[in-house]
Amino acid sequence: MERKTKVNAVDGKQELMITREFDLPLELLFKAYEEPEIVEQWMGTKVLKLENKKYGGYHFETTDPLGNKHNFSGVIHEFNVNQRITRTFEMENTPFGIQLEFLEFEEVTDNTSKLNMHIVFRSVELRDQLLKLPFAQGINMAHNRLQEIVSKLK
Amino acid sequence: MDLRRDVFQAIADPTRRAIITLVALNAMTPSAIAENFDSSRQTISKHIQILTECELLRQEQTGREIYYHFNPKKMKEIADYIEPFRKMWDERFNKLETIMKKYKKK
Repeated sequence: MERKTKVNAVDGKQELMITREFDLPLELLFKAYEEPEIVEQWMGTKVLKLENKKYGGYHFETTDPLGNKHNFSGVIHEFNVNQRITRTFEMENTPFGIQLEFLEFEEVTDNTSKLNMHIVFRSVELRDQLLKLPFAQGINMAHNRLQEIVSKLK
Repeated sequence: MDLRRDVFQAIADPTRRAIITLVALNAMTPSAIAENFDSSRQTISKHIQILTECELLRQEQTGREIYYHFNPKKMKEIADYIEPFRKMWDERFNKLETIMKKYKKK
């Protein structure tokens, strides 16, 4: 199967690009970012605030499988329907800092569209740390499992 | 060469990840590894074999004992640490696509 989502992280640069082509008309793709109820569904998060306009902001709250709550928030600088969203992004209580996100929505054909997500970090180290997160979580699970095993032995 | 031995499959299993974590700290003999688990020695030895086949572990003979070492180079090379990140976004976007396709029909 073709990999539709591409991640491009050039070595030594504090940015990354995520691109994805969708089997959806541009309007529907953009709507998935615009409507809070839809954002909640695909992001698996609770939308506490989503003000889609310049000077607006957003605040999401996600509950992980262990019941811990994680907050994501930012401010919106540009909100051009079916074109572009420019915003900051912060995962609160994490070391990743605040990121700048440029989301560009493009029509490819009447029924397909493309999203370019350009994310800028404060430093290369922070970017690399974030990229490793899902990988590290896998390794952490191993650690937890190990602890479980060890505690059973006691 | 068994093509089934893909490193992501290798690390997808929690027991195998636990083995990697153990061996990454210290080279260990198969029996020392097995002592850490409730599973049978046979099961653990099968896991070790899979990890060795995909070169995450390598064997070294020290005296009469065989020690398993962690191979970080292979981990880095094959595990292309960006892949889990890409997969996370891919799954998220797949979900978006599915939801919006249904939305369209409404």
